[in-house]
Amino acid sequence: MHEPAKRPGDDVILSVKDLAVHFPIGGGWLGGGHQLVRAVDGVDLELKRGECLGLVGESGCGKSTLALSILGLLVPTRGRIVLDGQVVTGGQSGDRKTLARTVQMVFQDPYASLNPRQTVRRTLEDPLRLHGVTARSEIDDRVAVMLKQVGLRPEQAGRYPHEFSGGQRQRIGIARALILNPRIVICDEPVSALDVSIRAQIINLLLELKETLGLSYIMVSHDLGVVEHMSDRVAVMYLGRIVETGDWREIFERPAHPYTQTLIAAIPDPLRHTPLATTKGELPNPLNPPDGCAFAPRCRHAAAVCQRAPVPPLETRPDGHAVRCWRADEIAAQTALAST
Amino acid sequence: MTSPPLIEVENLRIDLADRSGRVAAAEGVSFRIDRGETFGLVGESGCGKSITALALIGLLRHPLSIGAGTIRFDGRELQNLSAAEQRALRGNRIAMIFQEPMTALNPVSPVGRQIAEMFVLHKGKDWSEANRLAVEALADVRVPAPERRVKDYPHQLSGGMRQRVMIAIALACSPDLLIADEPTTALDVTVQAEIIELMRNLCAERGTAILMISHDLGLVANVCRRVAVMYAGRIVEERGSADIFRAGAHPYTRGLVDSLPRLGSRAALGRTRLTEIAGVVPAIADFPDGCRFNPRCRLATDICRTTAPEITPLDAGGLVRCHHHA
Repeated sequence: MHEPAKRPGDDVILSVKDLAVHFPIGGGWLGGGHQLVRAVDGVDLELKRGECLGLVGESGCGKSTLALSILGLLVPTRGRIVLDGQVVTGGQSGDRKTLARTVQMVFQDPYASLNPRQTVRRTLEDPLRLHGVTARSEIDDRVAVMLKQVGLRPEQAGRYPHEFSGGQRQRIGIARALILNPRIVICDEPVSALDVSIRAQIINLLLELKETLGLSYIMVSHDLGVVEHMSDRVAVMYLGRIVETGDWREIFERPAHPYTQTLIAAIPDPLRHTPLATTKGELPNPLNPPDGCAFAPRCRHAAAVCQRAPVPPLETRPDGHAVRCWRADEIAAQTALAST
Repeated sequence: MTSPPLIEVENLRIDLADRSGRVAAAEGVSFRIDRGETFGLVGESGCGKSITALALIGLLRHPLSIGAGTIRFDGRELQNLSAAEQRALRGNRIAMIFQEPMTALNPVSPVGRQIAEMFVLHKGKDWSEANRLAVEALADVRVPAPERRVKDYPHQLSGGMRQRVMIAIALACSPDLLIADEPTTALDVTVQAEIIELMRNLCAERGTAILMISHDLGLVANVCRRVAVMYAGRIVEERGSADIFRAGAHPYTRGLVDSLPRLGSRAALGRTRLTEIAGVVPAIADFPDGCRFNPRCRLATDICRTTAPEITPLDAGGLVRCHHHA
């Protein structure tokens, strides 16, 4: 399925349009009817070739659901996903094999995501066989090359996952994701399960592989330090919607949405001892989200307009920085005033 | 300070029994915490920080045991106390909160009862008085509608609310020491910030000292006045938290800070390759000879491979365990 280019520059490798994933919950619970969790509710996203897009948000914001939809593992309620010219939603999602050659995933937990009964060679050769590579010599070559690329030795292919350290296991997870030469890799918290002294090794490796293999990344993480380091653009999600997106420098130096501002100020830094930013309350119940802006109940800038429907639109500025907040301009003016 | 320290740990060794005998999972651990002070133990998995905390609260169980050294709490040696005397301290004067509040709370008991139990066990209150105090304790940790929430079971609460309940239980008897072992690792960052502020404020009001255990350097720097960094079962550096991460004296401390992608550093310096610490964290059975960091250290020389460095005072204050420290 070829998607005709709608705008100049077909450097967009992935485009997500008005994607929604709703889950029905219960049904008959205490005599009540079905309820809907709108895990992803109208997300527009573009990933350019060679780009790393950071996807940030707290648990329950829908970032993992979005990732699983892009992988074709969840069927969206509405919207469309176009991957490298191929529409993967709307009835054609059956071709998992084609999709698997385009987009792959690196999982958070390298202990849970590798089969403990399979050698590394088996883990890497199964996808090749499924995709029609059957010659022993070619399989051996590709496994050896892949292992070297992720910093392991080809002779380690005969070993089992438990014989490796956490960092080495994540290298195996990366090798598995890359063995079919995908164009896009979704990295879901790739270092958060690793020891602090090992994280830098894996972050450096991921960035090197992106350059040498010309990959595009979607980097799902709650660790803003890692996201800032790796991303070209960043999208911030809150309760199923993107609330802010833009160039990494814009997001981290001039965050415009109060939620992004809070997230950044809540990160403790070893060299700066400033009080951590706090909000009142917690993530609202996704079964019963607020009428207006989803962040309004926790926002210190919330006014009457924020608390009633409709949901504020995602307004894009000329520089591409987009914000979903009625009061973004007023807040920016206040911040500018306070800093002079 | 003229009064004796609240906690004084001297040359503590914790043994791990395995098939081949005993190995020391932590050794030569010494530190002190004064009343009302905040002290952090930082390190990676397996460095011995959590088992040191368990030793302090008397909860080491087979295959772990104290092999040598002393722990004095308020002048009394903990190892000399009877089981009953230890129980009277635990929860009452030394309390602990854990990483995962869901597994640390009793799933089949309402949270109010779990708080009230503290007042019944340690303060001799009757249940009706204890239940009233439990509502107050929940209000103190800013749980909304505490008089209704006391009847909730842990599964009805969010992760942040559960950790508030854990803090309410831990601080119910206004303990002298709160041990917080990775108290916010399971929480989102905005919730983490709230829990940290809450814990810090409540402890300051009550004069409770905090021993915080974490792998998150930023968090420990934020909460604690003094910090000790542990590596492979030993404390390698102990300093004031303002100095230790800015100008770490031990190569491991410096390596940890340099390897972090810190917020704001890319905007200031551009995207530079992160400095890696080579190699892997050694397992307890394979701690190297000499300095345990030597296989991963850029500064290592022959003496580091043969002779374990002693912990020595630094001119600028603090302690370091390194032959070639800065």
